[in-house]
Order: sequence, then C-alpha cells, then structure tokens
Amino acid sequence: MLLVRCEDVALILPRAVDVGEPVDDAVQHHVNSCLTCQAELARYHKLLKALRTLRTQLVVPAPGTLAMTLAALQESQERRAIRSIVSGRRGAYIGAIGGAAVAAGAAAAAVALARRRAPRLAG
Amino acid sequence: MSQDELVAAARDGDQKAFEELVRQTHVATYTLAYRLTGNEEDARDVVQETYLRAWKAIRKFRGDAQFSTWLYRITANTASSMTQRRSRNRADSLDDQGSEVVDERTFANPEASSEASALHQRLSEAVAELPPKLRTIVVLKDVYDLPHEAIAEELGISVPAAKVRLHRARKRLRDVLFEERGGVARAV
Repeated sequence: MLLVRCEDVALILPRAVDVGEPVDDAVQHHVNSCLTCQAELARYHKLLKALRTLRTQLVVPAPGTLAMTLAALQESQERRAIRSIVSGRRGAYIGAIGGAAVAAGAAAAAVALARRRAPRLAG
Repeated sequence: MSQDELVAAARDGDQKAFEELVRQTHVATYTLAYRLTGNEEDARDVVQETYLRAWKAIRKFRGDAQFSTWLYRITANTASSMTQRRSRNRADSLDDQGSEVVDERTFANPEASSEASALHQRLSEAVAELPPKLRTIVVLKDVYDLPHEAIAEELGISVPAAKVRLHRARKRLRDVLFEERGGVARAV
C-alpha cells in the first residue's frame, strides 16, 4: 500500500471532511491508524459543526433598516407605476400624432386630387 | 396567511403580500448579507437591492426551492456584485455600532453556553476576517448549506473553483481557531 504521511493527509482533510467526498483508500487507512490525523479530522468536524450553528445566530439590523427597505421597495414600485403611466401616455401621444399626421396627409391628398380633377377655366 | 400563500399572492402582483414577506424574512436576509459583506452599511444596501431584485423576479420563482433559499441566492449574487464594485477596504468587525448578534438557541448549561458563546464569537470574527472571496464561499456552503453548483452559478465561477476556495477557507479557519501552541492544538 502507498505510504501516506500526516502532512499529505492534512492537505486533503479540508475537502475530505465533507460527507460523500471520495477519499483514497490509503489515506483512509492512514487516518484509521493515526491518532494525530484523527485529532486533525476531529478539529475539522468541530469547525463545520460550529459553522452550521452560526446560521442560528441572527444579526439584528439597526432600528429603521426594515422601514428603509420597505420605503425603497415602495419607491421602486411607484417609479415603475409612473413609468408605466408615462409610457402609456407616450403611446397615446404618439398614436394621436401619428393619427393626426395620417389625417393631414389624407386631407392634403384629397385636396390635391380635387384640384387636379377640377375643370380649368379657359382664359 | 402562510408564507407559501404570501409567495403565491406576491407572484400574482400583490405588493402588500410581498411587503409582508420582507417583514418576515428581513432579519435572516440581513444576517446573511452581514456575514457576506462583513459590515453594516453594505449589508443594508445588499438587503435593499436583494428585495428590489426579488420583487422584479418573483413571477419567475417556480417554487421548486424554498423561498428562503431562493432569497439567499439573490442575496449572495447581490453581495458578490457589490463586493466586486466596491474595492475599498474597511475594518471588519461583528460588533459594529447598531448591530446586535442574537443567538436563537437557549442553553440549559451555563458553562456550555459560555463556551459555545466564546466559540461563536471567535468563529464569527475569524469568518469576518477572511478575504471576501473565501468568506462568501464558506458562509454560503458551510453556514447556509447551499450546494456547490448554486454557489458557483450565483458567483459566476466554476464548481471546481468554488471547491478550491472552500478548501482554502476551511484551512484558514482551522489555523485561526485551533492555533498550534508548543505543538499542541488549542481549541479557540
């Protein structure tokens, strides 16, 4: 079996401590028979356990933080609503202008056509 | 209304339902933001930006993960973007003015409580002192238990890169928490 040193094991323990992480048989055999490496593995287990418990330690924000967040959210919602109204109005304006332009064009065309058809007075 | 019902209502555009979700989750979101950024001001900004993004994206939330997990991922992404934007260095400390760390658990044994409290304090400081890239990974993986794939996706890095950073972060924390004194490891 390949000779494994404690120094080699120390390098891979931060990864090997994860459940389901594949570990070389030689390394596993070394850890099983080495108290130093077992102690090192126990430290990593203790570290991971302590890290998991950090999740239950809530950091309470300063007073007013929630109110600021809600205000920012409402402001964003209002801006979005205003943008929606403005873009709706813009659409209406563009539609109206477009309609007016089409109407003006049609009127001009009708006038031009009428002039062309109108009999010319003889001089 | 349950949280699931609030989420469903918010997905349908109910702003009040979303605001209630904010009320229910903002301490947890702030806690994660604080652990990721290491300071109160950035944490506040991250929380605001997180909820703005969440409101915009809530219609796309499919419900195949918990709402809190979905929110954690947005928080991680937001904090990562902010950390990248802000290159300034600030002194990191968990006892910044205005924030208070509260342990939700209760301990029957005062000695065990004191020892655990000391460990948490030391660990919190050690995590806060990590470089941002390492801190982010260890917080998301070892504290919040997000999978490597999700972490890699939110941070825009590969899964192997996330694993390498986690490996380095754990090694650093181990070195800080279990200092070698005269050849004997000393816990905390």
